[in-house]
Order: sequence, then C-alpha cells, then structure tokens
Amino acid sequence: MGSNSLFGVHGAALQVRSQRMGVLASNIANASTPGFKAKDIDFREALNAIETPGMAGTDPIGSATKYRVPLQSSLDGNTVELATEQTAFAENAVAYQTTLAFLNGRIDTLKRALKGE
Amino acid sequence: MSDQPLSIFQVAGRAMSAQLVRMNTTASNLANVGQVASNPGEAYRSMKPVFRTHFDAASGMATVDVESVVAAGEAPTKRYDPGNPMADAEGNVWESAVDETRELVDMMETARTYQNNVEVMQTAKTLITQTLNLGRS
Repeated sequence: MGSNSLFGVHGAALQVRSQRMGVLASNIANASTPGFKAKDIDFREALNAIETPGMAGTDPIGSATKYRVPLQSSLDGNTVELATEQTAFAENAVAYQTTLAFLNGRIDTLKRALKGE
Repeated sequence: MSDQPLSIFQVAGRAMSAQLVRMNTTASNLANVGQVASNPGEAYRSMKPVFRTHFDAASGMATVDVESVVAAGEAPTKRYDPGNPMADAEGNVWESAVDETRELVDMMETARTYQNNVEVMQTAKTLITQTLNLGRS
C-alpha cells in the first residue's frame, strides 16, 4: 500500500475514516448505557501504521483505537460525552467526504487521460 | 443476526429500539401516576429498562440491547383513605410512587438520544451513497 499506487494514501484514509465512523456511532449508540467506555481511533497513528511497510499481519486500526479520557466523570461509569462525540462524528463525516472528493478527482484525471480529451 | 458482523445501521437501529423501549416504560410509568391498590403487592411500581452493551469483535463496533425491564423505584406509599372503594379492612390504600419529574427528565433524554441515532444513520447513509457513486460524476 505504498503512496505511489493509483489512489495514493486516500484508499487507506477512507478505510480508517469509515472504521472511525463505526466507532463513533457505537459511542453515540451507548450514550446511556451504564459503564460503557467510549473509544476513538487516532487517525494519524492508524494511517501511519497502514502506510509503514512490513506491518502485514498486524491490526493497524485496532492498535490505534484508544479509550477516550472524559472531561468529567459520571457516576454510572459511562464516559460518553455527547458534545464530544457529535463534534468528532461531524468532523469525521466532513473528512470522509474530502477523501471521496480526492478520489473522485483522481478518477476524473485518469478518465480524461484515457479518453484523450 | 448475531453471528454476522455489525453494520453501522444495526448499531444505530438497535440503539433506537432500545431507546424506544425506554420511552415505552416512561409512558407506562406516567400513565400510572396516582394509581391506587388495596395492597402493596398489587400497586404499580415504576419500570426501568436495563441497557447492556453488545460488543462485536469482528467489526470493532458496539451497540446496545435491552437486557430486561425491571420494577424499580420507591415502594408504594400507604395512605389512609377509608372512603376509597379500594381501601382494605383498615381503611388504607397503596398509591404508586412514580417520580413524575424523574420520568419527564428521562423522556427528554430518551428523545435526544433517539434523535442523535437518527442523525448518525442519516449521515452514514449519505456517505455510503456517495461512496457508491464514486467515479460516476
């Protein structure tokens, strides 16, 4: 998965973004479950791990998934803070669309080269 | 359903059904405010759902299920009311002790959480549709 492939880093980025969307959705789903510990994926770390050669067989996204440190602890042991999760979810969705735009640009470039317009 | 990896729609969808169960218990509790019975065993006690996280190792996601619905809250209060047709031999009735304020706060939180999950589902749907249309523009 080197950066010199057709889509560069964007394929891996899309994979991490999609996985992170799932993790954040899980946090929001468990907003009122006592004892649930919110998690998040460190995007930079996950992408670095995927891009580093010789990492085959390891779980790059899993090892970049960390427990969130709550700003304020709650009595029931739940560490989901809805404001934090919603912000992260929105930011992740915009970044996902950005990656899609990059990929679309790549595909357009290639199409144009193939058609010879 | 349980042997397949979770999708983001199942995560949000099951959370929504869990919140719906919670909303139903709140509605039942509020409907039974002030209900009287002739003995403490028959009197209504407020119901609460017990939420439990369902982890899915294959997808790294977690959703929520309602494990059970339990009777919780304060014991019914005894009131001396000999004129009440439900009164026992000593003239006492037992009134359900539903905390209306707590139930209303619970209802607001349930509605907020439900809305959040709807929002998650909508965003996920939009993003997946856009991914499917990749390169077609």
